[in-house]
Amino acid sequence: MRLAEHSYRTVAAIRGPLLFLEEVFSPRLGEEVLIVYPDGRTLEGEVLRIEESTVLVEVFGEPRGLDRERSRVIFSDAVKQAPLSAACIGRIFDGSFRPRDGLPMYIPERWEPVTGAPINPAARARPEQFIETGFAVIDGLNTLVKGQKLPIFSCSGLPSREIAAGILRQARLVDGGDFVVVFVALGLTYHNYAYYLEVLNGMGGGFVAFANLADDPVVERLLAPRLALAVAEYLAFERGMDVLVVITDMVNYCDALREVSAAREELPGRRGYPGYLYSDLASIYERAGRIKGQEGSVTMLPVVTMPEDDITHPIPDLTGYITEGQIVLSRELHRRGIFPPVDVLPSLSRLMQQGIGAGRTREDHRAIANRLYRAYARGRDLRKLEAIVGREGLPPREKQMLSFAEAFEERFVHQKERRTIGESLDAGLSLLQEAEGGGEGG
Amino acid sequence: MKKGRIIGLSGPTVSVDLPGLQLYERVYVGHQRLAGEVVRLEQGKAVVQVYEETRGLALGEPAEGSGRPLTVRLGPGLLGGMFDGLQRPLQALRRETGPFIRSGTDPFPLDLERSWNFSPLKSPGDSLSAGEIFGTVEEGAFLHPIRAAVGGTLATVHRGAFTLDSPLATYKEGGELFAWQERPVREPRRDITRLPTADPLVTGQRCLDFLFPLSKGGTAIFPGGFGTGKTILEQSIAKFADVDIVIYVGCGERGNEMAEILEEFATLSDPWRDTPLMERTIVVVNTSNMPVAAREASIYTAVAMAEYYRDLGYDILLLADSISRWAEALREISSSLEEMPGEEGYPTYLGSRLSAYFERAGVVACGEGTGSLSMILSVSPPGGDFTEPVTQACLRSAGALYLLDTALAHRRHFPAIHWGQSYSLYEQDLGRHFCSEVSGDWDPLRSRCRELLQQETALAEVAEIVGLEGLQDRDRLVMHAAERVRREFLCQNAYSEDAFSTPQQTLERISTIVAFFDEALARLEEGEALDEILKG
Repeated sequence: MRLAEHSYRTVAAIRGPLLFLEEVFSPRLGEEVLIVYPDGRTLEGEVLRIEESTVLVEVFGEPRGLDRERSRVIFSDAVKQAPLSAACIGRIFDGSFRPRDGLPMYIPERWEPVTGAPINPAARARPEQFIETGFAVIDGLNTLVKGQKLPIFSCSGLPSREIAAGILRQARLVDGGDFVVVFVALGLTYHNYAYYLEVLNGMGGGFVAFANLADDPVVERLLAPRLALAVAEYLAFERGMDVLVVITDMVNYCDALREVSAAREELPGRRGYPGYLYSDLASIYERAGRIKGQEGSVTMLPVVTMPEDDITHPIPDLTGYITEGQIVLSRELHRRGIFPPVDVLPSLSRLMQQGIGAGRTREDHRAIANRLYRAYARGRDLRKLEAIVGREGLPPREKQMLSFAEAFEERFVHQKERRTIGESLDAGLSLLQEAEGGGEGG
Repeated sequence: MKKGRIIGLSGPTVSVDLPGLQLYERVYVGHQRLAGEVVRLEQGKAVVQVYEETRGLALGEPAEGSGRPLTVRLGPGLLGGMFDGLQRPLQALRRETGPFIRSGTDPFPLDLERSWNFSPLKSPGDSLSAGEIFGTVEEGAFLHPIRAAVGGTLATVHRGAFTLDSPLATYKEGGELFAWQERPVREPRRDITRLPTADPLVTGQRCLDFLFPLSKGGTAIFPGGFGTGKTILEQSIAKFADVDIVIYVGCGERGNEMAEILEEFATLSDPWRDTPLMERTIVVVNTSNMPVAAREASIYTAVAMAEYYRDLGYDILLLADSISRWAEALREISSSLEEMPGEEGYPTYLGSRLSAYFERAGVVACGEGTGSLSMILSVSPPGGDFTEPVTQACLRSAGALYLLDTALAHRRHFPAIHWGQSYSLYEQDLGRHFCSEVSGDWDPLRSRCRELLQQETALAEVAEIVGLEGLQDRDRLVMHAAERVRREFLCQNAYSEDAFSTPQQTLERISTIVAFFDEALARLEEGEALDEILKG
């Protein structure tokens, strides 16, 4: 522990957002620093690397205006910490935890490192409590459970925003507990941000928002989700709340990571993203979960807009390997006016098995979901055949399967108002009954 | 102990000015004593790969060498345990530090307070050679033989209750014999006699046992993109494989999935012995957000444990999920050391490290009997592209390939093993075994099954153009039978009683379908209408 304030004017080089300092006493890896510009402005930064007498500091913000002679760097002797308190509820902050809503900053109850610590796998409780999103295609076929991380894979131009908003507004626990939503906007346009803001304000205060807009510093895009998750963990595991974290858009996060990594002159991996993209994404996504013997949970819904609609692009690909399933949106369904345009076949909730059935949703949930899935998959297969031989060339049973697939999309996936899980399952059941007699295997 | 200071910090790599270190020696850095190992030595500087979170470490903090490489402690109490990549006991850690893993805690991996019962095979005055079995410890239903690490003449021998921190015997020449021993994890046992593989490892998965069987001591990989059911398949195999001990290593896996596995395993029993499943299972887990260097070490920690039991004469299965995450950890570390990258940024030694790892599987002679170590590793190719370096490097070493297909998974055909592209090099040897042990029909039926699937693939192309109804009756019958093979034989629901199928049941099921096909074909040739036949 250093007792006096440590301030240095020993900037040897500046390269983009990176400062190289000489002769710093006992710097720490990840140490938080304050950079004082020649004009008196201050910005935060972090120690990235220490090599003998040179310390590499990354500036969180615009480096324009820095110089070698007059800029000062003050070392804090601590790693970046998040100010924690239940007073954050109902507030909006920027990517460095400065209030964005014009109100004064609250007095934190305590500070915790933003990176958090991994949950001991032996201490994790299995996610198994149903969360109702109000969307039949999610609740019925790709059920979300407390502690799960379930990304939405979208394509540009698809209404992922409206789906995320729908979930924010509609999500509820069947056992009636209250949700706190932690909303993280990363590199969002003001247009989209304003949309979400309206949704949040309409929710009556049960949220904490972190907004990093498109013209905000790129480095804060990397910080915002970590601050938000430190808050989410605090609310969940210290205050016993059920927290739903919605992060949009992870592609902006990854692009920021790539930009910063390139500035650090790191070796690029796939498509220029750094080789540690998987570990970095895991350090965010894996913070979702529940803990044995404790109240509270962190559930995560990241939105990923797949570049070029490509699910094998590194961002959705690595995300899929870490998260417990995915909700995949389809351009074709959207064109046909179906909302939410969720493509059921590639969508998956890995934790659904434990969250459904008697005592959780309904006894017949699994059976209905399996039958719907199988019948729809058959119908979709037949569409290819129909394209070749025409509908008239198909036997009656297969025509029926084709009609089922259409009805399924238009009456089960598509919906105008919120459905309870019971209503969703009933909708599925009536579709199946209509198609009955068509030889559906059951 | 050698002492020094930290002189550089960059991510998980820490430079220290400790003199006299050896490559791969275990080093403790910082006031928190974070564990790491030496990966590079230079004049006046050693580069240490730290297994734990390095954030917050300061320049000038102390560093200390341990004089030993990364080791595991092996002995009674491993079974049923759950460890991280450095063999830290996660349950004990949870009691000590709460639900989150904090850096710098290093409890002894085995329970030193638990009392065990020891039955010696030797008496004072007997001479004992190194590696000889000295007695047994009761560990649940499992009889744990204790091998002597060094030889000598016994002075005293303990009998009955003991704890791991007290010796079981003393030597006249001096020295003590404990129930546990240490092994360096990165060093394979070379002083053993290896034998060719012979017996099948029955997994209870029809598709594997029948079409692509695995030998005890053999190696297999299953590559598959996300959502193709790798983890469920690994779990099914872990539950049902006919081995004595399963070691499951999750390198970079999802934490929630690990929680699910543990909870489920705790409730199930070993289908071959009717004892709790956890009693034959060891879990090594480094979830994806735990430090990357420990993820790289975790597969070695697991295999060192597996070798220990193999050398005691047991059949061991090591399951890793997934080896791609290990390879990525290797790549991350290599890149932070600024090594010259090979294909797709992986270090050029990726292939040799992997093949050396696969070589640690096999059948060995130990005392009177044999022990075996089999490996099934899952691979997560980026974008489901099987031409990528990790899948390709694995293919060169593994004896069987179970390719998981995204299209099958989307159709909910599970396990999504692609019957056209998977293979097993053990098929011929094991076919003979199944023919003599189960039924002489085993090999012929397998050929018939393959033929049906093959014909279906060819016919499906035609059917896409002319429609199913446009096919000839004989071809429609083939399509119908092949569909039954797929739906009733190859598909296996991991969540029902069907999850496990004995070789006998497997054979019965396929012979029913083939017999149906033969009979239908005969009736068709007699002029009966196909629709009538299928109705009956």
